[in-house]
Amino acid sequence: MTQMTFARAINSGLRKSLENDAKVILMGEDIGALGGVFRVTDGLQKDFGKHRVVDTPLAESGILGTAVGLAYRGYRPVVEIQFDGFIYPAFDQIVSQVAKMHYRTQGAVKMPITIRVPFGGGIGSPEHHSESPEAYFTHTSGLRVISVSNPQDAHTMIQQAIASDDPVLYFEPKRRYHDKGEVDEALDLGAALSMEKARVVTEGTDVTLVAYGPLVKTAKDAALAAADEGISIEVIDLRSLAPLDLATLAASVRKTGRLVITHEASQTGGIGAEVAAGMTERCFFHLEAAPVRVTGFDVPYPYSKLEMHHLPGLDRILDGVDRALGRPNSLSGLEG
Amino acid sequence: MFTDDAGKGGISAGGPGNSAESNRRSGGDLVQLITPGGERVSHPEFDPWVQDVTDEQLGSLYEDMVVIRRIDTEATALQRQGELALWPPLLGQEASQIGSARALRDDDFVFPSYRDNGVAYCRGVNPEDIVKAWRGNALAGWDPYTVNVATQQIIIGAQTLHATGYAMGIQNDGADSVAVAYFGDGATSEGDVNEALVFAASFQSPVVFFCQNNHWAISEPVRLQSHIQIADRAAGFGIPSMRVDGNDVLAVMAATRIATDRARHGGGPTFIEAVTYRMGPHTTADDPTKYRDANELEDWAAKDPIARLKSLLDRKGLLTDERGAAVAAKADAVAKALRAGTINMPDPRPMDIFQNVYSTPNSTLDRQQDHYSRYLASFGDPAEAASEEGAR
Ligand SMILES: Cc1ncc(C[n+]2csc(CCOP(=O)(O)OP(=O)(O)O)c2C)c(N)n1
Repeated sequence: MTQMTFARAINSGLRKSLENDAKVILMGEDIGALGGVFRVTDGLQKDFGKHRVVDTPLAESGILGTAVGLAYRGYRPVVEIQFDGFIYPAFDQIVSQVAKMHYRTQGAVKMPITIRVPFGGGIGSPEHHSESPEAYFTHTSGLRVISVSNPQDAHTMIQQAIASDDPVLYFEPKRRYHDKGEVDEALDLGAALSMEKARVVTEGTDVTLVAYGPLVKTAKDAALAAADEGISIEVIDLRSLAPLDLATLAASVRKTGRLVITHEASQTGGIGAEVAAGMTERCFFHLEAAPVRVTGFDVPYPYSKLEMHHLPGLDRILDGVDRALGRPNSLSGLEG
Repeated sequence: MFTDDAGKGGISAGGPGNSAESNRRSGGDLVQLITPGGERVSHPEFDPWVQDVTDEQLGSLYEDMVVIRRIDTEATALQRQGELALWPPLLGQEASQIGSARALRDDDFVFPSYRDNGVAYCRGVNPEDIVKAWRGNALAGWDPYTVNVATQQIIIGAQTLHATGYAMGIQNDGADSVAVAYFGDGATSEGDVNEALVFAASFQSPVVFFCQNNHWAISEPVRLQSHIQIADRAAGFGIPSMRVDGNDVLAVMAATRIATDRARHGGGPTFIEAVTYRMGPHTTADDPTKYRDANELEDWAAKDPIARLKSLLDRKGLLTDERGAAVAAKADAVAKALRAGTINMPDPRPMDIFQNVYSTPNSTLDRQQDHYSRYLASFGDPAEAASEEGAR
């Protein structure tokens, strides 16, 4: 076990994948000498050379489109999209080409492409630097979408993503890059929890609180705060957004009977809606209250002086928990 | 495929982006009217376009350049002091921005990137409005229609398409104004920029593509983006181009006048590559020592655009002590006002977050807004409660 930051944990996972498989190739803007704008690829070009760790021209469609060609040729490209808001120029290549190639070719052509996306807000950035675009990709069949919440998962799941024969969008919560945690670098990938699985982070009996990526920490803090008031919250880290591990969620909801889902992304059409629908279908007779969503608003990501209003924080999550529990809350007395 | 590592034939490009190297790669002539030493040299094709520039106007170009450098250093200082979240310095690019912007007419319309703050200033944007977005108080600091400058663009290259579309509109309207897109060398790799060139050529639209080749796209040297001179790319789209010394305010002005004149008279688009250098970091969050050689900076410091114009003015005896002092005083006053305006900028109000998402009411959003105001009201002091919220 080693203490390391989130960013370092990904770096170490990338290094292992580069070492273990000569077909793994990293591509992106500024990932070489600079080590990426978040330094996640620090030192990798120096150690593996410019042919394995490639600084690409400034063109996102170009990065994804050439990754498709490299995958055709048997490579396993790991591309870095510098910031969430810059993935859109590559959107067409991802949803029209990367996602569908295996299906189109009846399994003949694999697209083992990993797309690393630093995402989410909370770091005071200018526009286009704090987005949560994950739902666009969960809506596209053929893509796996995961989001990591702690250094150990970051380290293991990047390797699992790269090893996967399916294309994987790997969302990194950029405001947690400097958080430290214990990482077992020797953990066997086969023994590690599959990247498809959700994880119960904190056990509880009163409410199931579902989060992923940057908000897992906030959800854990909320559970601690609620415990002081005698409320027992079970926190679940989704980890995989597509496919969703509904079995793990359902087991929890059957136990607690109440569900709160939180994410930074806007509410409409978000992951929260999918979780709520999935749990309503599976656990209708176990639910004692309507599922509650605590999310970003349906507004463009605001300028940074207002981002703390948009982002769900501990108090807003606890207010949602109160709603699920039928305790006094900010919406008490309101109908629907 | 990039094959700079001879014999290895891998996919990497890499290598330093020094200008000597890029000059060797193509025959593109660098137009210069003022040498780095401050000597006025003649150029038969370009001279006529700046022969009307009086001594007084030369002085005012100098003043603008000094003032925007001062705005730029003040904004950098404000960032270091925590008053701005981020700042993209334009240090070294003053001649490119002032020379081109001063060549435009008020009814021309500019589509800038985040770094073109000298252009914005020149068009009449208040410096405080320029820093507003970098402080986090707005997404756009000004109303584009009041100054004919679109909001600063962060998505690399997107604005080149907007400029082209605007130019198509000018054409349809039978007007003789011009749209100008400002972008960097890195941007020329983006699909958007290439598509903009296709549209502009297809419709022969009155648009000027003004590329400031400052040699770096964050850590990536220009040679990673293009193996020929950037200006030479335009030919492939059927668009005429010029390659000018971007640290020479007169050469830049002449080129921009040639391009806008062509556009106004139905001659279609023009591509200008202003060869300059980003002397500072990419943004205040960047560390250029990780990727670039200090000698390179030294070479370019010797070609400083402001020092160059100052030598010319000195040679001509135009920069009297009095004039020099007046320029310095103006720069100080602008910087002082910028500082005060920034520090005293009122914070936005929480419920502003819901404003202007749509131009007509939206029931889903109205409900969210109602719920959030009830939530804030459930705390004693709403502003305080909310500032505790969120990013943790
Ligand atoms: C679509 C997109 N991709 C990536 C970025 C991140 N980024 C911001 S500036 C920059 C480099 C731009 O270089 P260049 O076009 O040469 O302009 P300069 O900043 O040098 O003026 C990059 C990669 C972005 N803003 N937009």
